[in-house]
Amino acid sequence: MSAAGQAKEDFTFTPENLSRAKTIIAKYPEGRQQSAVLPLLDLAQRQNANWLPRAAMDYVAALLDMPPMRVYEVATFYTMFNLAPVGANLVQVCRTTPCWLRGSDDITRTCCQKLGVGLGETTADGKFTVKEVECLGACANAPMVQINDDFYEDLTPESMAKLIDDLAEGRKPSVGSQTGRRGSCAQDGATTLRGKTS
Amino acid sequence: MPKLIINGHEIEVAAGASVLQACEQMGIEVPHFCYHDKLSVPASCRMCLVEVEKTPKPVASCGLPAADGMVVHTDSPMVLKARRGVMELLLINHPLDCPICDQGGECDLQDQAVAYGSDHSRYAEAKRAVADKELGPIVKTVMTRCIHCTRCVRFADEIAGTPELGGVFRGEHLEIGNFGGGPLTSELSGNLVDVCPVGALTSKPYAFRARPWELQKTESVDVMDAVGCNIRIDTRGNEVMRILPRLNDDINEAWINDKTRHACDGLKLQRLDQPYMRVDGKLRPASWPEAFAAIAARLKTASAERVAALAGDLVDCESMFALKQLMLALEVPHLDCRQDGATYDMTARAGYIFNSGIAGIEQADAILLIGTNPRHEGTLVNARIRKRWLRGGLRVASIGAAADLTYPHRRIGGSPSAIRDLINGRDAFAKTLLAAKNPMVIVGAGALARPDGAALQALARELAEKFNMVRPDWNGFNVLQRAASRVGGLDIGFVPQAYGLGTRGILEAASSGKMEVVYLLGADEIDMDRLGNAFVIYQGHHGDKGAHRADVILPGAAYTEKDGIYVNTEGRPQLAKQATFPPGEAREDWKIIRALSETVGKTLPYDTLTQLRARLIEACPVIGAMGRLTKAEWKPFGHAGQVAVQPFEPVIANFYMTDPISRVSPTMAKCVTEIQRRDVPEAAE
Ligand code: SF4
Ligand code: FES
Repeated sequence: MSAAGQAKEDFTFTPENLSRAKTIIAKYPEGRQQSAVLPLLDLAQRQNANWLPRAAMDYVAALLDMPPMRVYEVATFYTMFNLAPVGANLVQVCRTTPCWLRGSDDITRTCCQKLGVGLGETTADGKFTVKEVECLGACANAPMVQINDDFYEDLTPESMAKLIDDLAEGRKPSVGSQTGRRGSCAQDGATTLRGKTS
Repeated sequence: MPKLIINGHEIEVAAGASVLQACEQMGIEVPHFCYHDKLSVPASCRMCLVEVEKTPKPVASCGLPAADGMVVHTDSPMVLKARRGVMELLLINHPLDCPICDQGGECDLQDQAVAYGSDHSRYAEAKRAVADKELGPIVKTVMTRCIHCTRCVRFADEIAGTPELGGVFRGEHLEIGNFGGGPLTSELSGNLVDVCPVGALTSKPYAFRARPWELQKTESVDVMDAVGCNIRIDTRGNEVMRILPRLNDDINEAWINDKTRHACDGLKLQRLDQPYMRVDGKLRPASWPEAFAAIAARLKTASAERVAALAGDLVDCESMFALKQLMLALEVPHLDCRQDGATYDMTARAGYIFNSGIAGIEQADAILLIGTNPRHEGTLVNARIRKRWLRGGLRVASIGAAADLTYPHRRIGGSPSAIRDLINGRDAFAKTLLAAKNPMVIVGAGALARPDGAALQALARELAEKFNMVRPDWNGFNVLQRAASRVGGLDIGFVPQAYGLGTRGILEAASSGKMEVVYLLGADEIDMDRLGNAFVIYQGHHGDKGAHRADVILPGAAYTEKDGIYVNTEGRPQLAKQATFPPGEAREDWKIIRALSETVGKTLPYDTLTQLRARLIEACPVIGAMGRLTKAEWKPFGHAGQVAVQPFEPVIANFYMTDPISRVSPTMAKCVTEIQRRDVPEAAE
């Protein structure tokens, strides 16, 4: 993560994103348009292959009439903003206590070994980046990873490897629990309210 | 007004004061880092913890408003323990590299660690290291020393108005810096070094040059503009090592601009350290008697109408007064202290000073700028306007060249016709001015130094009267002079005498061969080519434009090398004090004039500075009111007349180089190449 942000290049919103941005800005009271900084940065990141170059931050700053420095502060504070290019699939392995107790170390190891990268690194083909993150809020289905916008839960090293294979070959694996569990229902079936039908 | 008890003593403080301020009012020291009395209060460092009865935990006193009936302890065991704990945490990632740190000896962290910290560290783990930041030619960084008090961020945001600093990343990774954003662009950036309580931001030009305990401190005033900032000159031996601000809430508060602070390295370069005379077209060293004799010979043969004297921008009142007396004794009528060629009317003092006072800006609710960019012409005046704007409820408009003033303002127009429009109510700002309680106009040299300056002055007066800016309790008619010597020179009357010519006339006459002798007292900002064949005497301290053109050079003293009175744009006389000696054979300026007067047979009636000052104050009593403002009587001034249509031009093309000292300063040169080059593609001048 370079402190100076990545090299300068031009950034402007596509016409659709610009009109989305305007809708977002309009949600805030007059003179408070700076409140739109987070959604706009997110929009910019989505438009720009999932990372935020400095030019995009400057662009958002100009759009919201705020000092660029204030935007840098926001963009660097939230770890969901990527300040350098990432792979097409950003694999974020949760390593907080519940996932860790349920074997997140093995998941991380599987990812790194299978892809031949270290943490924070991107594969040579640009398809995957692996990161460890703190709690993503799916503890009941630990261990889990987030890949781009989707959660994949109840992982084992085997299901993780398969997930990577699927993504590498362009298949769309099913999101959520990889053991077929529904939502975060108990693993061995319902334990309460049995006999009731809904 | 809340009454509270601190350490067993009752005290009453102003409503809204914090507990920390209440303690300071009682003379009780409360250690603190993030709190700075000129900045907003984040209450983030926790160093100022005190115990307040009935609260379970220690509280940060800087953010706690003093309330009636509070019982506060600043020296209870709980407080002492809390401070030790905070200090221990602050030092966890601090490198403790005091021996190689420029802040050593004047570091809040060092002092407070000694006074309130523990005598040893329990921390054995690795410390984090932070990459240094590149902030330009003024501020050097060692960011590992930063304690994240955010004073610098708040200074840049609030006072300087250039929000280029911030805290990026978070938690353990938090870094203060500019995120690789290039040099700081504020003219006030040197103050960051003062506000930083540790050695994270230190002075780049002064890096590793001296330790604070080696320095001799002299309290003086600045001459780089007409604001008259209060400064402290730190010297070692006969060398000015650095210049720092001195607190004066009426003028500069706690700040000075970067030219005031850093042009002082120009004091060592290109100095005139002995008299010179032009022989066969070349300047050759001469002795004082030779130089005086040459001048006396020329003055003897020239008739008085063919002699003129011009005083420059950095000249003290005493030498202008002495030169004026010498010239009058010689019956010379052509005097002017306005080398910018201004011809405005100076019969009424109210017509050429900043009547409201700089602190008066804080009472204003509508300000109109005419022909001025206060950011460059009086940086601390601009900072005061910004301070007032931050408080809310101030509207600013400008008539003049477009400029970034660090606060929003509406540009009504660029030329004098906009003033007339405003008077006739043809611009919406007229309504603002009419509705304002304390409306103000600030007229700059961009208007007054024009050939139609006297008419513009009259027009500005008409505007001030029309919008009720002048009342018994308020005078919002302000002139922002740009030269330190100007108001003093006008007060003394260093202006054309009966039938005498002003700067423009003198140059006109000289270029057509009608001026035989021109005496330049530190006057370098005129077009030397227009002096024609005149015999030019240059008295000053630097080998600048004037010295290059001179036929005789009399080496004088710079402002740090003599005692002198300067009257700032408010009309406030202040004393500059001698901190070092002039180099070589150079002498204090009044002494040179006094000695010359003897050679030309018109001996001036004083032998000491005290005697001279007594005469000066007798002739010009306002100058005797040292450090104070004298209310100027409001009476008609300016000359009604035709105002030209040309737009107002900026008067300062290059903020960092405006006088002989700053022009040779290596630091100012760096500011030009590293900072200005970014906004001004073509180097000015
Ligand atoms: S650099 Fe200095 S002023 Fe700025 S946050 Fe760090 S310690 Fe405070
Ligand atoms: S001075 Fe009070 S918290 Fe920093």
